[in-house]
Amino acid sequence: MELLARALGEGHAADPGALIAAIPYCRYLGVRGELIDGAIVLVLPFAERLIGNPMIPALHGGVIGSLLETAAIAQVIYEIRVPKLPKPVDITVDYLRSGKAVESRARARIARLGRRVVNVHAEMWQDDETKPIANLRGHFLIESTKI
Amino acid sequence: MTDEWITRLNQLARHMGQTAYIAGLKGEVLELSPERARLRVPYGPDLVGDPDTGVVHGGVITGMLDHTCGMAVSAALKNPMPIATLDLRIDYMKPAKPGEDLVAEAECVKVGHEIAFVRGLAHQGSRDQPIALCTGAFMLMPGGYPVPSPSS
Repeated sequence: MELLARALGEGHAADPGALIAAIPYCRYLGVRGELIDGAIVLVLPFAERLIGNPMIPALHGGVIGSLLETAAIAQVIYEIRVPKLPKPVDITVDYLRSGKAVESRARARIARLGRRVVNVHAEMWQDDETKPIANLRGHFLIESTKI
Repeated sequence: MTDEWITRLNQLARHMGQTAYIAGLKGEVLELSPERARLRVPYGPDLVGDPDTGVVHGGVITGMLDHTCGMAVSAALKNPMPIATLDLRIDYMKPAKPGEDLVAEAECVKVGHEIAFVRGLAHQGSRDQPIALCTGAFMLMPGGYPVPSPSS
């Protein structure tokens, strides 16, 4: 699979930037991927098209869910090196604070790795990582040929 | 429903169709009543989450469901007030078929003093074959949006 081959750097250094850039919806939102301390960190600069409530203004809840789900998928690909994109089974998103009109970041960690299902927790924040604006718990199906 | 309520629902439907994120996805409000809210987003290249298959990103479904659930809550309120999503749980039943429009539907199950509960689903033409199911809770804010404080 071309997308994952690129993301995994053909067995060498992983390139989360290439993975995220290869996903059209992430390009549309303006998401970038970086590798920080062995974890993928997604960066989403603020843009007009992300607004869900013009009064505050605040990021749309769907944008927040999208960034969190992408962080979870990217971390699974990076850590487990699955040959196919993980398929979301279910997700729960808790909205803790409204998303302001500034840059957002998200990262995920694998809470439990099974043979077929992974449980992933993801967190999203803006200017202060200790004050997350939302978090996600989700299950993803994987094809684990390399475990 | 009073005439005033109907006027407000029409305004609300127009307003919810103009939200920047939803308008950017070319979303269209199909229906808005105290019983049901429906939103359509046409398939497009910007929605794709898997470039190898053309399957839409799960985040698009989440966004549509959040929006439609919010519409259903707002439409069910006797007195208009700001709301905010507290949580959403989404079960993905099957991948969305590439090339086909997406429809999200939601109904407000209960309006309390502080919280409203809502249920929704997403499909591609047949409600009996949903691509996703969702439940959510929304905060009601009769006093308007809270003013953010440095410690929030």
